[in-house]
Amino acid sequence: MIEESASPPDYGLEQPLAPRRTRLEEFWLLFRQNRLAIMGLIIFILFFCIAFTGLLLTSGSDPVFDPSLVRLQEKLRAPFSKPHLETLRPNEIPTLGIYLLGTDDLGRDVFSRMLQGAWVSLTVGFVAVGISVIIGIFMGGIAGYFGQRHIRLDQVLVTCLLSAGAALVFFNQAKWGAVLLVLGHAYIFYLLLMRLIAVRKIPPKRFELLHLDTISIDTLIMRLVDIMLCFPSFFLILTVVALLPASIYNIMIVIGLTSWMGTTRFVRAEFLSLREQDFVAAARALGVDNFRIIFRHMMPNAIAPVLVSATIGIATAILTEAGLSFLGFGVPPPHATWGNILSDGKNFIFDAPWLTFVPGFSILVVVLAFNLFGEGLRDVLNPKLRERH
Amino acid sequence: MNHQNTLLSVNNLKVYFRSDDTLARAVDGVSYEIRREETVCLVGESGCGKTVSALSILGLIPQPPGEIAGGSILFNGQELLGLGDEDLQKIRGNQIAMVFQEPLTSLNPVFTIGDQIGEAINIHENIAEAEVNARCIQLLTDVGIPSPAERMSAYPHELSGGQRQRVMIAMALACNPDLVIADEPTTALDVTVQSQILKLLRSIQKERAMSILYITHDLGVVANIADRVYVMYAGVIAEQGSTENIFRQSQHPYTQGLLASLPTRSKRGQRLHSIPGTVPSAAYKPPGCPFHPRCPHAITRCREEYPGMCDYGGGHLARCPVMFKNDQWCK
Repeated sequence: MIEESASPPDYGLEQPLAPRRTRLEEFWLLFRQNRLAIMGLIIFILFFCIAFTGLLLTSGSDPVFDPSLVRLQEKLRAPFSKPHLETLRPNEIPTLGIYLLGTDDLGRDVFSRMLQGAWVSLTVGFVAVGISVIIGIFMGGIAGYFGQRHIRLDQVLVTCLLSAGAALVFFNQAKWGAVLLVLGHAYIFYLLLMRLIAVRKIPPKRFELLHLDTISIDTLIMRLVDIMLCFPSFFLILTVVALLPASIYNIMIVIGLTSWMGTTRFVRAEFLSLREQDFVAAARALGVDNFRIIFRHMMPNAIAPVLVSATIGIATAILTEAGLSFLGFGVPPPHATWGNILSDGKNFIFDAPWLTFVPGFSILVVVLAFNLFGEGLRDVLNPKLRERH
Repeated sequence: MNHQNTLLSVNNLKVYFRSDDTLARAVDGVSYEIRREETVCLVGESGCGKTVSALSILGLIPQPPGEIAGGSILFNGQELLGLGDEDLQKIRGNQIAMVFQEPLTSLNPVFTIGDQIGEAINIHENIAEAEVNARCIQLLTDVGIPSPAERMSAYPHELSGGQRQRVMIAMALACNPDLVIADEPTTALDVTVQSQILKLLRSIQKERAMSILYITHDLGVVANIADRVYVMYAGVIAEQGSTENIFRQSQHPYTQGLLASLPTRSKRGQRLHSIPGTVPSAAYKPPGCPFHPRCPHAITRCREEYPGMCDYGGGHLARCPVMFKNDQWCK
C-alpha cells in the first residue's frame, strides 16, 4: 500500500505544470484557423459599428446624415456624383460633399438611408433571435428535463375551463365567463392547498379518474413544435403582420415567435442526454433545486448548439425583415430599411441600378457573414466536427 | 440495541421499477441500520440493489418508472420516505451527502472546482463570499489536494481521476454531513489511488465523527474500511454482521462463495473458485430463497419457502436456515 504523507512533499507542485490556457484562448486558437469564419466575424463587427454609428448620426431633430431629406431636383443621381450646389439650400447639401451611394427617386441620400436601415436590420436580427432563443430554451428545457411527467386529466379540464371562461368574457358573456374563471381558479387554489397540507400524494379512490395521465409534457411541447414547423413560416408572418399595425416591434416579435422551434429541439436533445449525466445526479444529491439545476448546471453545457443556431438565426431574421419590407409589410415607409430601399429602387432598376444593388449587396454580405461566422462557431464548439479542418 | 446511537435505519424498504409488462423488484424488503461514527459496507454483485437502496435514502429514485413500494427510512428519527422535494433538498448535501462512482463525470465540466464546492456550501448556508472561499480552500487541503488555493480556479478536466474524487469528497464534506453515502467511490480508480482514497475517508471519518455508508462489490475494500457489513443478494440482505463475523465465520453460502472466490496466497496456482450461475434478474426471481439455484447446500424446502433471518448472536445474522442446522425454519 502506498502511504500518503500528511503534507505532500514539495516537488515544485505549487507551480502549475503546463501553461494554463483559458477556454477563451483555446477557443480563439481553433477559431483563428478558419479564415472564412474570421472574415465573417470581421464583417459582423464592422456591421455592428456601422449600425451603431448610423443610429447616432441619423437620429435626432438635426441629424448629421438626414435620411428623409427630400431634394426633388437632385433625384436619381449616381454614386460619387457631386451635388449641384447652386440649386440647394445650405441645409440640403450632403454632409460628405458628394452623394456617396447616389440618391433615390425623391433625391434622398441613399448613404444616409442605408445607415438608418443598418440599425433596423441589426435590432430586428438580435431582438427577434433573442425572443426565439428565450422561448426555445424555456420550452426545450422543460421538454427535456420534465418531459417524462404527465399532465393529469384534471389539469387539462381546468385549462379548458379557464380558456372557455376567458373566451366567454371576451365575447361579452361576462357573467358566465366569470363563473367559469372563478371555478377554475378555485380548483387551482384547492390543488395548491392540498400540496401544502398533504405530504404523500395518494388520490382518493373516487377522484381517481381525475388523476388519469393524459399526455406527457414532452409530447405536448414537441408536437406543438411540429405543428409550428408545418406552417410555411414566411406566409404565417405575412398573415400576422397584415393583421397587426405595421411597426418594427411587431415585426421583431412575430419573427421571434415563429422561429423558436429549432432552438427548442436543440435544447431538448441536449437536455435528454445531460439529464442522465452523473454531475446532474451529484448536484441533486447536494440538494440543488430543479430550477438551479436546469439553468446553472445544464444550460451552460447545452448552450453551444443554441449559440450556433442563434448566429445563423440572426441572418435569417435579417433576411425575413428585408423580405417583409420589400413586400411592403415591414417597417412603415418614412423610416428606411434595407428591404424598402430595395423595394423602392426596383422601379428604376435600369435607370438607377445602384438603388437595388447597394441594399441587395449589403444584405447578401451581412447574411453571408453571419452564416460563415455561425458555421465557424459550430466547428469550434462541436469537437466531433473538428477533424475536418 | 442502543437506539440513541442509531443514525439511519432502513426498515423493510421495497423499491420496484415498473415497465410495460414487468415489475422489477430491485430492492425487496431490505433493512439495515447505521450507527453514529460507524462505517457500514453494503456488499453485493452488480444489480443486487445496493445503489438503488442508497439512492432512495436521498429520494433520488426517478418516479416513474421507480416506486417506493413500502418500508421506512428513519434518519435521526425523521421519516424520509414521502418527504416533499423542498424538505429533501434541505437534507441532501447538508445532513446526508453522497459521493458517486464516476469521478470523471460527476463534476460539471463548465465550472471551476471552487465554484462547485462553493455552491455546495452556498445552498445550505448563508455566509459571506470570502468565508466560503476560505472554507473551500480548507476543504481542498483536508482532502489532500496540492496547492489548493490555485486549484480553486481549475476546471475538472485539469485534474486527475483521483484528484477529482477528492474534490467530490470535499463537496460531500462541505456542510459537515452526519452521513456520507459513498457509492463505489474507488471503482473507477486504480489500486494505489484507491488505497489513498480509502485512507483519506477513514481519517476524515475519525476527524469529523461522521458515519459512512460504503457501497462496494470489492471485498478487499470491505476488509479495509468496514465496521459492519451487509451482504446483499437479489434485493435482500443475505447476511449481516461485524467485519470479523463476515470474514471469519460467514454462515450464508453466498458469502462463503464470495470469500472463496477471492485470490489468496495459499491458492496460488489453482483455479479460482466461482459461484455457478448468474444473479437472477430483478424481474424474474426464483420462488423461495433467491439464491437456491446457485446454492450447493440447497434443500427442497429452499425452493418453496422464503427463508428468514437466523440469529447467530452478536448482531450476526444470515438468511439461511439450512446452514443454521437447527430444526426450526427461522422467522
